[in-house]
Amino acid sequence: MKVNRRRFLQGTAAAAASVGGFAPNAWAEDPISVASIHDLSGGLDIYGKPMVDALTLAVEEANAAGGLLGRKIKLINYDTQSNMQLYTQFAQQAALKDKVAVVHGGITSASREVIRPVLGRFKTLYFYNTQYEGGVCDRNQFDTGVTPAQTVEKLVPYAMKKWGKKVYVIAADYNYGQITSQWVKKYVTENGGEVSSIDFFPLDVTNFGSTISKIQAAKPDFVWSALVGGAHMSFYRQWAAAGMRKSIPMASTTFAVGNEHIVLSPDECNGMLVCYNYFQDLKNKTNEAFVAGFHKRFGADYPNVTELAMGTYQGFRIWAEAVKKAGTIDRIKVIEALETGISIDAPSGKVTIDPPTHHCVLDVHIAEVNDKKLKVLEDFAQQKPSDTAAVCDLIKNPADNQQYVIKI
Amino acid sequence: MDLIALLAIQVLYAIASLALISVGLAIIFGMMRVINLAHGEFLMLGGYAAIVATSHGISIWIAMLVVAPIVVGIIGVIVEMTIIRFLYGRMVDTMLATWGLSLFLVGLTTAIFGNTTVGISAPLGSFQIGAYRTSGYTLFVIGVAVVVLAGIFAVLRWTRLGLIARGTMQNANMAAALGVNPPRVYAVTFGIGAALSGLAGAVLAPVSGVFPTIGVAYVAKSFITVIGGGAAILSGTVSASALFGTINQIATFATTPVFGEVALLATAIVLIRLLPQGITGRFFRRGL
Repeated sequence: MKVNRRRFLQGTAAAAASVGGFAPNAWAEDPISVASIHDLSGGLDIYGKPMVDALTLAVEEANAAGGLLGRKIKLINYDTQSNMQLYTQFAQQAALKDKVAVVHGGITSASREVIRPVLGRFKTLYFYNTQYEGGVCDRNQFDTGVTPAQTVEKLVPYAMKKWGKKVYVIAADYNYGQITSQWVKKYVTENGGEVSSIDFFPLDVTNFGSTISKIQAAKPDFVWSALVGGAHMSFYRQWAAAGMRKSIPMASTTFAVGNEHIVLSPDECNGMLVCYNYFQDLKNKTNEAFVAGFHKRFGADYPNVTELAMGTYQGFRIWAEAVKKAGTIDRIKVIEALETGISIDAPSGKVTIDPPTHHCVLDVHIAEVNDKKLKVLEDFAQQKPSDTAAVCDLIKNPADNQQYVIKI
Repeated sequence: MDLIALLAIQVLYAIASLALISVGLAIIFGMMRVINLAHGEFLMLGGYAAIVATSHGISIWIAMLVVAPIVVGIIGVIVEMTIIRFLYGRMVDTMLATWGLSLFLVGLTTAIFGNTTVGISAPLGSFQIGAYRTSGYTLFVIGVAVVVLAGIFAVLRWTRLGLIARGTMQNANMAAALGVNPPRVYAVTFGIGAALSGLAGAVLAPVSGVFPTIGVAYVAKSFITVIGGGAAILSGTVSASALFGTINQIATFATTPVFGEVALLATAIVLIRLLPQGITGRFFRRGL
């Protein structure tokens, strides 16, 4: 770092101030900037808004508790408007102009792959807090969302036991859907079942009529949905309108993440099975306190704290914990602190960073959609990201930087 | 056999929905040579009008078939009088203006309704064809399309309004010399085009849900249909919808939805290459 006169004066002034021992809310230094890069408008905002709300709450809580390292935290929100180009632009702006300590953001896997190289190049720590298809191996990135080995592996046998062995998969047509559907196929085959077909849909498709006919012709025991976004929600409507909900049940890795279960009527989605890390109705003290705080901040009529919102909240908390442990916001030191396998007691249960993969060990739950609520049916404690662990070891090979498409 | 019947219904449905979303645009384009880039937003407004009316206790049928076209028709007339009127004959300017209007409408609805998908459940339940089930609403959409197209035909062919409209379309100056007031004809036609778009948006709302940017999902297909159809409003829309709808659905059923979309677009490109004036530039030239 070049030391010029201004920087020297700033530094000494800050040092003097901290020696002077001001009251804690007369913040001693510049605030720590944290970037939030999420879609707050456009087709993906059903996911982005709750994520930003959760991050806002996490930052406010941290500031109320005295900030980090005696410094206030400043959250900078960038709205990417469901537009991939803006992800590049804002990631560069966050890293180069605003010089943030960490970026929390990215929703779709496509957007993650847009900002990951940018933040790697400009050496800015990156937290991706969305459940996704797994396989990202990058020392600069931490992933607090669940991956297929944690959810699909549990939900496939559960659904097969309940409904039968023949599965029809429908998925969004980009890396998330393509890879996740392969995982579904792997686990279905391993459990002695059969995937009769996998159909992909571009994100703007709204007419599912012929697909619904095709599914009926294939006569599966159940349908697996990895559909994404507002347009795809019409699949569930058309499915119910064709009278299919009662004859062929459905499981999903994406449903309810955008509160689809509240937007759709119970008649259109009751009985659907999902599997995530977090549900608002989880019974534990930390979660009850969290939900109460969330409702106090955003109103008691807030529809539902989603899986992605909780991922983002937990991502920020883990990062903050690592900064405390490292005693600095220096990127490498924070990464090293995270790589000690740091853990927090979060609303979803204990969440621990898995050092070799930079993913998380956490609890998952299977739940059923029931009258606009998600009813938890079964719990699985402390699941490891074994999919990514099969290919990625950042402790042995810290220079690794790619997304593995796991051979299935 | 049952499957073929089911597939036939799906093909008819695809044709009907293409015709519905395109016919408003075709009227505005065919009549006034105005490329209305806010067409998708007219559809979106129709959807919102129907959903808001339904949530205020109005019967879903009245909301879709009466409220939505009236609301969007009025919006269309206002747009014509405040924006389009000053830009006739300036194609690039109208495109810019209507594109701006489209952004404005998306922003406005986002501010009012928020950016989440809203929807109403499709009424009419489902029915059985042999071993298969399909939605009764599908047949309703097909019925609406048939009635709308028949209605347009009847108005253009047999009423004085239709005669005036056709005359103005062919030669506005000559019509004016014969005592017709073209600006009024244009305003009314624009309003009717908008109203039909509103009707289409409302009828499709229970199927696809509504969100502020849903226009994008419709607008490309309706433009392709109108350009593919060519100058004649009715025969153009019907023939292009039939061609594209059939190819799209059969390709989707035989392969995947991705190839269904690809097949539709590929057909459109080949069609425009072979028939630059659209289908009605070569066939059905005397059609309406």
